[in-house]
Amino acid sequence: MTGDYTVTYCPDVTDDDRVFKALADPTRRFLLDLLFQRDGRTLKELESGLEMTRFGVMKHLRILEDAGLVVTRRSGREKLHFLNAVPIRMIHDRWIDKYREREVAALVALKTDLEKKDRPS
Amino acid sequence: MTDKAATTQLYRIVIKASPQAIWDAITKPEWTERYGYGARVNYDLRTGGRYLAKASAEMRSMGLPDELIVGEVIESDPPHKLVQTWHPLFNAATAAEAHTRLTYEIQENQGGLCTVTITHDVAGAPLVAGMVPGGNDPAKGGGGWPWVLSDLKSLLETGKAMAA
Repeated sequence: MTGDYTVTYCPDVTDDDRVFKALADPTRRFLLDLLFQRDGRTLKELESGLEMTRFGVMKHLRILEDAGLVVTRRSGREKLHFLNAVPIRMIHDRWIDKYREREVAALVALKTDLEKKDRPS
Repeated sequence: MTDKAATTQLYRIVIKASPQAIWDAITKPEWTERYGYGARVNYDLRTGGRYLAKASAEMRSMGLPDELIVGEVIESDPPHKLVQTWHPLFNAATAAEAHTRLTYEIQENQGGLCTVTITHDVAGAPLVAGMVPGGNDPAKGGGGWPWVLSDLKSLLETGKAMAA
């Protein structure tokens, strides 16, 4: 197996931007779901699940690859597509955990506040 | 071929660090105890050499065995490629599964960035296959490779792991 390393870096676009952009499309989310169900699929397998031209599917896969969400590997004559969930994990760590913590902190503060009020003064 | 692909999982991250720093972080216990689940590893980096991940005190207190993960080195090409078997002995069920095959690849790009790719062939090990993608709470052991790699990146780039 040989890797297909075509990561390019554009200073104005962060990795997060690419991931959010890639996820902001139902077809691309559907492609990720297909790979989540079963990984290592060929273009032919992926396009059979979509009513779209091969060219259209390739365009979506390209955007997913640029975001690092799909990684391709050659296996003989076939190019296989794999889901890479690491960027989603990083978005989760960077964005979701942070706001969840704040939410929890706000609830804890509210609880403390309410309990104080319950106390006879 | 396609069946094999279906049992292969792939994890990739880009880290701003040298290939040697990443290699050390994967193969040296003083590094592995600082990120992910913090198990100290013991690698004999020769073909056929032994691999062992030892449970931390915290893991042992949770009832995990001292020899947490065992394996054998298949190919070692520092600091670029490491192929090994990977067999978790967390409990009797994972211990009874087939030995999985794990490949680390470290590819140097321009600008001091490295692409780290983990390829995990989990054929014959459905429990491992369900565990290593993560997606659950890392604090309860559910972070999988995405969380371990994300933490490795944090440690190498900032000097601190996420959990620390």
